[in-house]
Amino acid sequence: MKKVIGILGIATLALGTAAAAQDFGGQLKARQGQMRIIAINLGILGGMAKGEIAYDAATAQAAADSIAGVTMVAPGPLWPEGSDEMSIDGTKAKAEIWSDNAGFLAKYAELHTAALALQAAAGQGQEAIGPALGGLGGACKACHETYRAPMN
Amino acid sequence: MRRALILLAAAGLAAAALGWWLTAPARLAPDVFDGITGDVTQGAAVFTAAGCASCHHAPGATGEAALVLAGGQRFDSDFGTFLAPNISPHPEAGIGGWNLAQFADAVQRGVSPEGAHLFPAFPYTAYARMTPQDVANLWAYLQTLPASDTASLPHEVGFPFNIRRGVGAWKLLFFRPDWVRPADTPQLERGRYLVEALAHCGECHTPRNALGALDTGRWLAGAPNPNGKGEIPALIPNALDWAAQDIAYYLETGFTPDFDSAGGHMAEVVANFGRLTAADREAVAAYVKALPAP
Repeated sequence: MKKVIGILGIATLALGTAAAAQDFGGQLKARQGQMRIIAINLGILGGMAKGEIAYDAATAQAAADSIAGVTMVAPGPLWPEGSDEMSIDGTKAKAEIWSDNAGFLAKYAELHTAALALQAAAGQGQEAIGPALGGLGGACKACHETYRAPMN
Repeated sequence: MRRALILLAAAGLAAAALGWWLTAPARLAPDVFDGITGDVTQGAAVFTAAGCASCHHAPGATGEAALVLAGGQRFDSDFGTFLAPNISPHPEAGIGGWNLAQFADAVQRGVSPEGAHLFPAFPYTAYARMTPQDVANLWAYLQTLPASDTASLPHEVGFPFNIRRGVGAWKLLFFRPDWVRPADTPQLERGRYLVEALAHCGECHTPRNALGALDTGRWLAGAPNPNGKGEIPALIPNALDWAAQDIAYYLETGFTPDFDSAGGHMAEVVANFGRLTAADREAVAAYVKALPAP
């Protein structure tokens, strides 16, 4: 009996360790938070581009600066191998991120390039935002097209 | 007794003959294109709205290269894997040897020039609702695209779905080229034409029955992703509460109201819709907003 409990204990420990090692909770929070920071600031710029929010150069600049900053975060630590949608719950990250990592990194770099263009345009007036926003949207789509699964 | 057997055999033969006749490929009427000439510029817009390149460009092709309709993309399904064929104007490898009537039979009736049924992975069930003028426009535009000598690859579909006559029976049961939704304004009519015919939105957004036919009773009510994990979202009122201008903006930019962005195959759809007119995007939005709650 004691032996059985011992084995059970070891098994539970082993399972617990395995689960903790593969859950990537911190990484999911970080990268989903990163996307959310981009989205919230795009909401400000998009609202101005559509004319729903009055254009204000300082507010637009701050939003674009935030997007430029958050897209500079190095992707490696946020997307560790094994944190794909087939391996764990709570993510739409496709395995292609790792099977075609060079392609993913190139798309990620293009996002920052587009964010820099938006940063340069944001203070230049309401009409300048729309086209720069289009470029950033293209970068979002280009990556999501290949590397993100549909909603779960 | 012998007479009964003969009668039975005759009845069986008659049923088989009737079945063979019923499942025979049906072409369009021969006079559909009388007096119609295709227009290349109009055809380019039809081509974009219909998303032809999204499935028929070579795997991974973007930009100008996506106008070479060499085929080769793979589409997994419950019935096997379909491989998009070469539809470039190459005379042997593509469809350069076809004429307009043959093209229209393929696009609107799912019948090849050789008289074989095409698998409905090719959305001729939606394209059947296209006007003859738009089919002619599209045909004219396709001639202007680059030819590719890439050979089309066979579909990877197992028994019994590889029996083409079975597709004839499927068509008898499920092929209904009439409209799904009413449309009583010109804008709704245009939206319906884009959604139900050209952009074939129902192919992914409407659930299918066990035989792979769209369940029009649950039109655009969302469905499992046909090519992997996840769900294709529902567009009906209880599921999608975006304003009409939000839908139009999404189709233009790929941004949702809370600035998430389109992904997967929808990113290609948005790239196409972004090249259409604002009026077309607003028409699609109007159609979506007019969908009934379940």
